[in-house]
Amino acid sequence: MSRPGDAIGTPTPLVGLRGVGVRFGDVQALRGVTLDIEAGESVALIGGNGSGKSTLLRVIHGLIEPTEGQLNAPARRMQAMLFQRPWMLRTTVQRNIAIGLWLRGVPWRDAQARALDALQRVQLAELAARRAPGLSGGQLQRAALARAWALRPRLLLLDEPTASLDPHAKHEVEALMREFTPPTAGTQAPLTMVFASHNLGQVKRLARRVIYLEQGRVLADLPVARFFDHAELRAVSPPADAFVKGDS
Amino acid sequence: MSTLTESTRAALQLVTSLDPVLWAVVGRSLAVSGLACLLAAGVGLLVGAWLGVARFPGREAALTVLNTLLALPSVVVGLLVYLLLSRGGPLGFLGWLFSFQAMVLAQMVLVIPVVTALTRQTVEDADTLHGEQLASLGAGRVLRGLLLAWDERYALLAVLMVAFGRAVSEVGAVMIVGGNIDGFTRVMTTAIALETSKGDLPLALGLGMVLLSVVLGLNAAVAGLRHWRARVDGVAAGASGGWVAT
Repeated sequence: MSRPGDAIGTPTPLVGLRGVGVRFGDVQALRGVTLDIEAGESVALIGGNGSGKSTLLRVIHGLIEPTEGQLNAPARRMQAMLFQRPWMLRTTVQRNIAIGLWLRGVPWRDAQARALDALQRVQLAELAARRAPGLSGGQLQRAALARAWALRPRLLLLDEPTASLDPHAKHEVEALMREFTPPTAGTQAPLTMVFASHNLGQVKRLARRVIYLEQGRVLADLPVARFFDHAELRAVSPPADAFVKGDS
Repeated sequence: MSTLTESTRAALQLVTSLDPVLWAVVGRSLAVSGLACLLAAGVGLLVGAWLGVARFPGREAALTVLNTLLALPSVVVGLLVYLLLSRGGPLGFLGWLFSFQAMVLAQMVLVIPVVTALTRQTVEDADTLHGEQLASLGAGRVLRGLLLAWDERYALLAVLMVAFGRAVSEVGAVMIVGGNIDGFTRVMTTAIALETSKGDLPLALGLGMVLLSVVLGLNAAVAGLRHWRARVDGVAAGASGGWVAT
């Protein structure tokens, strides 16, 4: 396993975990996770089902308290999280996004205007007045992305955001994620993105750094080019290499 | 058989001729139960929404008590409210015993557990499914409970209809605290009991028909509400996880 910070130098990490563990009863979901995430990074979390990807995202987001270790992350109001199956209240799409903003203290009138801006950003402005439960999976995920984007987060967490979508919707959501992705490493990007995915092609397209988890442990943490170099990955973590080979 | 036929014919005559005695009783019944449900909703929806998301020591015990209160016999409620409102009782100074207000209070006490328990269950189920996403947006527990209750408003409207059905069809509580005074506290159920014992079957049967129609109307409204909700939300009926009573 590579050491935290190997991938990218992290003088002032946005997120820092030191020996973080999470236990649910008899199940150890995360074990001794130590890593840093620098502002502007685009990080992919990969691993099999139950490897701890979703738990790690929730720990960073503050939805799950670590049972051991230390966590340093921006306050939840500086973050936004996109779930695999986003949910919206039974009201219009615009109002749903506005409610998200209102919950973060934005006055209602401003929230409505910002919600419309966000919908334009994801090319869904024409659906602003549509009731959210009637949206298709792809539209709902894009609306959820708009809701997340409207919050102007420093850190965007995405839990398998395209896993339940058809190929066309997947493509649309991925295109939006790519727009959010900082162009080159080291730039002062406004948004840091951490996403869990089973789709290695998507990881190659969107991530600059890949973290492989297995049974709650980080077994590999490398820049994307090095991660997909089989020889190097095998040297760092044979299980991660086996996972990639099995998937590709 | 002929008694039944004649009584039914006479009852229909009373209903369709808009008999003032019968419809005055019907109007009073609907007013008492409607007001009781409205007041119970103010308490039950808020407490239920809070209980749906709150976690505190003794919550399980509180829920067990609440669920037990769902089966509260109306005569017991009537007795308790009678004791509260009787001259020597803690609320005796109000002078409400054998009044419209006493009946409203009794029915309110009767249906508060119904509204609270069903709201709690509805909100808790919604919280299990969606609470994490609301928490992610920044909603604290109380706000989360209120937003989820609002989101489940169609299901909760059905809860209120169920509560109204329970209130309008009970007889024990209003009999004890209202006294079944003609033209003053006589409601459908107490009138049916009285007229049957007196042998005035047409009036009893006429009131019974109206009562059944009210309950039937409520169920039809719940079903209509479910279909309307499915249509406006663009999803199949019952597919959204919200609890809808029938």
